[in-house]
Amino acid sequence: MNVLFDNFWALLGIKLLLIVLVVMTTALVVIYAELKLGAHFQHRIGPYFAGGRWGWAQPLADALKFLQKEDIIPAAADRVVFKAAPMVSLMAYFAVVVIIPFSPRLVVQDLDVGIFYALAAGSLGTLGVLMAGWSSANKYSLMGGLRAAAQLIAYELPLVLAVVGVVIQAGTMSMVGIVEAQAEPAFHLGSVGIPLPFVLQGQLIGFIIFMIAMLAELSRTPFDLPMAESELVMGYLTEYSGLRFTMFFLAEYAGIFVMSALVSTLFLGGYFLPGLPSNVFGPVILMGKTSVIIFLIIWFRWTWPRVREDQLQGFAWRWLVPLALANLAVTATLKVVF
Amino acid sequence: MTMDPRAAMHHSEVAVSVELQTPDMTLNLGPQHPSTHGVLRLVAQVDGERVESVEPVVGYMHRGYEKLAEVRTYPQITALVNRIDWTSGFANEIAFVVGAERLMGIEAPPRAQWIRLILTEMARMANHLVFVSSYPLELGATTPMFYALHERERVLDLIEGVTGGRFHPNFNRIGGVKPAAGGGSSQKKLAQDLPKGFIDETRFAMEKVFEICDTMDKLIVGNEIFRGRTIGVGVIPPDQALAYGVSGPNMRATGIDFDIRKVDDYLPYSEFDFDVPVGENGDCFDRYMMRLHEIRQSARIILQALDTLPSGPLQAKVPRIIKIPRGEIYVRSENPKGEMGYHIISEGGRGPYRLKVRTASFSNLSVLQWLLAGVLIPDIIAILGSLDFVLGDVDR
Repeated sequence: MNVLFDNFWALLGIKLLLIVLVVMTTALVVIYAELKLGAHFQHRIGPYFAGGRWGWAQPLADALKFLQKEDIIPAAADRVVFKAAPMVSLMAYFAVVVIIPFSPRLVVQDLDVGIFYALAAGSLGTLGVLMAGWSSANKYSLMGGLRAAAQLIAYELPLVLAVVGVVIQAGTMSMVGIVEAQAEPAFHLGSVGIPLPFVLQGQLIGFIIFMIAMLAELSRTPFDLPMAESELVMGYLTEYSGLRFTMFFLAEYAGIFVMSALVSTLFLGGYFLPGLPSNVFGPVILMGKTSVIIFLIIWFRWTWPRVREDQLQGFAWRWLVPLALANLAVTATLKVVF
Repeated sequence: MTMDPRAAMHHSEVAVSVELQTPDMTLNLGPQHPSTHGVLRLVAQVDGERVESVEPVVGYMHRGYEKLAEVRTYPQITALVNRIDWTSGFANEIAFVVGAERLMGIEAPPRAQWIRLILTEMARMANHLVFVSSYPLELGATTPMFYALHERERVLDLIEGVTGGRFHPNFNRIGGVKPAAGGGSSQKKLAQDLPKGFIDETRFAMEKVFEICDTMDKLIVGNEIFRGRTIGVGVIPPDQALAYGVSGPNMRATGIDFDIRKVDDYLPYSEFDFDVPVGENGDCFDRYMMRLHEIRQSARIILQALDTLPSGPLQAKVPRIIKIPRGEIYVRSENPKGEMGYHIISEGGRGPYRLKVRTASFSNLSVLQWLLAGVLIPDIIAILGSLDFVLGDVDR
């Protein structure tokens, strides 16, 4: 066994396989959750027959169906970019999973610049969207792609600023370090040290800003303008079919999982829960926290209408960015004072 | 815009601050598009997200009902006209039947009139329930649709119970209404009436309708995003509304207090106590609120009508073969979508010489070109949806 783990290439292979499996499985689970929760929000039953009970195999059945569909590339499309776009979109979120710690030891690579890397890699997903919009040779796709790009520029800033608050408070950019900082006692009640996640340690505003900016990054309701189906038909996805559509679809839900895991790690204490050994229960704890965030995201989607492009931009630049800056200033000041 | 390269070089120093001139893009929305309610086509000139001009193209759904009516007998025509606006089929029949009755000089008995009125208001309710639920859908909220359509199904069930049809009742007869669906000889049918339990079920359904209106109030009207998307968007001033012939809730949203139910007597509305909601700003939000309030008012009318439902025959005495004496008449009614009018010209035969239908959606859409100039692309959908039209009603 040790021989296998000591060999760099063998270890890399195992890690890659694990990442792909974990992301794919969770993406399918999130899709199922969306189908089922959305159905219940809407007084429907949702998937019921696939897989025997509760329609648990519906996402698998859908994926299989999409695999059989014809892969159509429009005649006027830029073929290379058109084909590469879904892969770029999907790869971006695979790349982020690398630094998410599921327990103190169960992390693919704990980088010193962990969160910095995650934000950089995560925003590559939008590049895929822009590529898809540009190469499809379709006006709706183009507008969808450009909207996604504009959205990324507007919301990346508050997203990063919200994270900087956490980084200042934790004193590190390593994801494991950030979780460990939340495992430290925040204050003492008698002789018992009480650890608190950062969301309760003055980063509540940062948490809210991150959640909003995350919705925009993921193009989820109320910021689903890039694929606003009532305006742009399907936005950047209009011309995609078959396997490539499936990849975008998976990327969307993988993105939801990855970003939710990031929120859980940054603000909710990640794999740490007081009283439970992180080494054993870490993955379960992290998944539990992530599920709560995913539930919120799905809930928003089925409840709210969509904002308009100018409202989206105005909200980012006039409210989120100043608020995030103020949050940053207060956090930094408090850090210096105490 | 082309420019001599040398001149451009010459001007390069002063031209740095000149905005880049990009050509407009022609965006063709429809006839196949998720939000054009069927086959409306909008040819939009867009500059980025801003719309420079929009040209609506109608006619993709022209079915020639006016021409068809010329080769049909009068009793056959109700089957045609209730297909004009399929979301409120029953209401379409009323003005035509009343017009034919007036030309013949007969009047439907009170019970028939009351039943007509109840079903017309139910059709209005069904139509508005579709609107209040599908409009948020166009703004991106998918769930309200399911809530309101659930209640609309109750209303449609009631209509079906009486008429046998959910969308196309074809229930009105010249001189009254068709006896309720069900077996028996034609003599027995005359004795049959509203289905058993209809009144209790209707009262229950009305309660549910009031409830769904309150739900919509909380879920949609109070939503900050919804308000942001609709308030001040697509404002029609009263003078423009009159100039373009906008009618119905769209017109009342601009602040004009005019309802054909109050001023005409095609159905006995004067017997009932109800309010006509009037808006202030004429924007998308007001247009939405008009419909929401009208559902409540319709429920009020129906509850009153159930209390005062007279007994008696359903049919006036009419000849076996209906011929209408030479003459012409225009009868209009307050349909859910606005003013619907029939101009019947009779040459004395079994069918009309000419039937002109004035539909609300067609006139309401005429304001579109004026209204959509200079808005953003998402607002096209918001404004289009708020006008509440169906293509069958536009193209006939």
